[in-house]
Amino acid sequence: MPEQLLEVKDLYVNYRVYEGLLKVLNGVSLSVDTREKVGIIGESGCGKTTAMKAMMRILAANAIVAGGAASYRGANLLQLAQQELTRLRRTSISMIFQDPTAALNPVFKIGEQLTDIVRHSGTSGKSLTDQEVKARAVEVLKSAALPEPARIMDSYPFQLSGGMRQRVCIAMSLVSARDLLIADEPGTSLDVTIEDQIMRLLKQIVEERGLSVILISHAIGAVKGFVTKLYVMYAGTIMEEAPTEELFSNPAHPYAQRLLAAVPKLTGGGIPEGISGRIPSYLSPPEGCRFVTRCPNAMEQCWSHRPPMFQIANGHRAACFLYGVS
Amino acid sequence: MKTVASRPFLDYKKKWYKFSRNYLSVAGLVVVGVVAFLAIFAFYVAPYPEHVEFYVNYSDALLSPSWVHILGTDQFGRDVLSRVFFGFRYSLMMAVVVLSLVVPPGVILGLVAGYYRGGRVDSVIMRTADIFLAVPPLVLALSICSVLTPSVFNAMMAVSLMWWPWYTRLVYSISSSLRNEAFVQAAEIAGASPFHIAFREILPNCLGPILTKMTLDAGWVILIGASLSFVGLGAQPPTPDLGTMVSDGAKLLPDQWWVSMFPAMTIVLIILGFNLLGDGIRDMFAAESV
Amino acid sequence: MSSEPILTVRELKKYFKTTRGTVKAVDDVSFSVMENENFGLVGESGSGKSTVGHVIMGMYAPTAGKITFTGQDISQGVGRRPKELKKRIQIVFQDPASSLNPRRTIRQILELPLRVHGLVSDGDYQKKVLEMMDLVELPHEYAERYPGELGGGEKQAVAIGRALATGPSFIVLDEPTSALDVSIQAKIINMLMKFQKEFSLSYLFITHNLSLMRNVAQRVGIMYLGKIVELAETSEFFKNPLHPYTKMLLSAVPVITPEEEALKPEKVRSTGEIAGALNVPPGCSFHPRCPFVMDICSKVVPPFSEHKTGHKIEHQVACHLYPVT
Repeated sequence: MPEQLLEVKDLYVNYRVYEGLLKVLNGVSLSVDTREKVGIIGESGCGKTTAMKAMMRILAANAIVAGGAASYRGANLLQLAQQELTRLRRTSISMIFQDPTAALNPVFKIGEQLTDIVRHSGTSGKSLTDQEVKARAVEVLKSAALPEPARIMDSYPFQLSGGMRQRVCIAMSLVSARDLLIADEPGTSLDVTIEDQIMRLLKQIVEERGLSVILISHAIGAVKGFVTKLYVMYAGTIMEEAPTEELFSNPAHPYAQRLLAAVPKLTGGGIPEGISGRIPSYLSPPEGCRFVTRCPNAMEQCWSHRPPMFQIANGHRAACFLYGVS
Repeated sequence: MKTVASRPFLDYKKKWYKFSRNYLSVAGLVVVGVVAFLAIFAFYVAPYPEHVEFYVNYSDALLSPSWVHILGTDQFGRDVLSRVFFGFRYSLMMAVVVLSLVVPPGVILGLVAGYYRGGRVDSVIMRTADIFLAVPPLVLALSICSVLTPSVFNAMMAVSLMWWPWYTRLVYSISSSLRNEAFVQAAEIAGASPFHIAFREILPNCLGPILTKMTLDAGWVILIGASLSFVGLGAQPPTPDLGTMVSDGAKLLPDQWWVSMFPAMTIVLIILGFNLLGDGIRDMFAAESV
Repeated sequence: MSSEPILTVRELKKYFKTTRGTVKAVDDVSFSVMENENFGLVGESGSGKSTVGHVIMGMYAPTAGKITFTGQDISQGVGRRPKELKKRIQIVFQDPASSLNPRRTIRQILELPLRVHGLVSDGDYQKKVLEMMDLVELPHEYAERYPGELGGGEKQAVAIGRALATGPSFIVLDEPTSALDVSIQAKIINMLMKFQKEFSLSYLFITHNLSLMRNVAQRVGIMYLGKIVELAETSEFFKNPLHPYTKMLLSAVPVITPEEEALKPEKVRSTGEIAGALNVPPGCSFHPRCPFVMDICSKVVPPFSEHKTGHKIEHQVACHLYPVT
């Protein structure tokens, strides 16, 4: 019986820079149920990583959370006390980053990094013996399909290939992920055949452990076959929300439509058209819909009013005035 | 076809913003600014400029700090405050002269060694630099100075001789890592000459670290210069050098502490100022991230 | 597309000596690019595809083998190439952020090739630079900006403008859109295709993106660990992939539509790690990962064989499953 695990509501995040205030996140709302796999697609600079970092409270020093809430099992992550937050990070939520090379400390062996994490995980606060810590580390490496865990424990990150490093990162996240796993473009820096393996591994692990997942990507094909619900994000705003199949077969928002159309097809068909223009400056974003400067269907009101999410079908919503009036 | 106004490389307003975010850097700038001002206008600002050279007035000797002599007088009756101001002159002059002598050749050698990385040129330059770096700086300076006649000039030469390799190393590390970057390869493929690549492609990328190091080095050079004077190998009395003042006044500790302590404190202050300023300069050139 | 090869690579080898052994980045590669053709070179990391491009550019001198450009032997490093030649072959790098000097303005970057080759008289630099910017559809006010202020696609447009500045006839495109978002990618590719027609260019298109390759290249070569394992005309290639590695690559391509799914050979799922170029496995370098591996595969390097299909379409493959007849 799925219940809501995480709900982000109207999240606003700004960055303070020399030129002024970058109003990046523009009221982002999303939700994840238990055992649900959710994807966020968006291109670079759309704010998807910012949204995740805001939730995990690892934003840069010049970031300001200007509004909104992220409630995780009832508690607001954004306002949680440090102790509670640490507890959640150690026992419940975990994150895999885009570049496994940057996520691992190059001067420590994998074993040292992994045992550190294991030692500080755990709910009861009882300390584990060295034996137990090591055993758990090996066990978690095995579940990430890593051959010869003992050898890997004894290696430095540079001695492993990209795919193996990412698997180590997955293993590390498994130590503390009991409920939610956030994967930020896990396959982007890997070769396509390795990425394929990693995604299959991730899928298997997630199914086995009944985890909820938020998968972020800019490659649309990568999320298909993995997530059941998709959010399309553009310039800090969620533009469309739909079940995966529905989004691919029937994209509603003009941005989502053009994004899907811009992917070259394996079956041929020539070079698709891109989307002309560039993302609006976050310093002075459009008053209304942020896609208005590039939208072929832009109307009068799109410039001055921000479209709310309109219902299109069951579980399918789009933030576009084509589908409703405010 | 409109002509576009040129944006200078040093976008002053933005650089100032980055610099001024840290109030300590601004404090460093103020300290260095005040010291420089006092040094340049010492003649006009010092209450007793005539005390700087030969002056003896035993009736005023060793007066403790008062409104007449703010930092007191030394054993010859000379006003400590005025001498300190003139001492700043020698210190700053040392920094300016040494860095002017050291930075251009050091940077050029580093660029050349980095450009021809892996070859004979690289080895020759860097091993020579290594030899100079292997000797402890103060020891090298001391040995040079003790062979030559002690003077401010010779002290500056000695310090310069051991300082250049640091710049070579710094620029070498940046230059050799940028050597294989795509934009350098693109310039090579376009047919640019090695001179162009070294000076117009690579050098601009080194400016930040070079300027930061120069600022921090100013403090170090001043300290080394003062150390040389302290042991008698730099400026000679009656030249009001901060180091000589400290050593002269050392015999009078702890009773007439002001003769030695005030010059010593100003040395600390100057170095601190340059360090804080250097931090700020580093921030100015730091890459931004959002 | 004429039948004259503009560039021919024969038995090209490039080995790098490192402290940990010899890296055989390119190990006996042969192919030709025809005039006005877009030849695609596909491979993953360690395949040597970028090294092939760099050797053609003269960034390295080949360890062995020959490169011929319009009949002229160009198998030397860029230091020894005649300046004239440097104008005719150009390259666009993968990462626009690192291929443009962050401390130089766009104008200075675009002027460099013009200045080096003296293509423009002194007063005309400004004019020519603005012309170049018009060509790649960049607004004039970008001329005094720094690369850091431009978006990824715009930077890549500058890189393309720079490559076109000297009026080349052959351009190596080293993953020109891999670092870009998909919506910008299409714009850049369209621009490249337009220029190919307009200026009668030939391209060596290096990428790992098979979906893109399908739509831009006339012929495709797949590389694995320094060797070409399959080479064919594009349509033939996607209809009838032969080499097991090719099938593995195709299976791993992330696709959206059901038609594309149907095109993928389902059977070959990706396994194993890509071996480091330091320890290339003996015999066929793919054999440790090959689901169809046979005894001979670990002993003998499979030769390149012409695979006869009914019609006269070029399709070569290096695999013991398809022995030379």
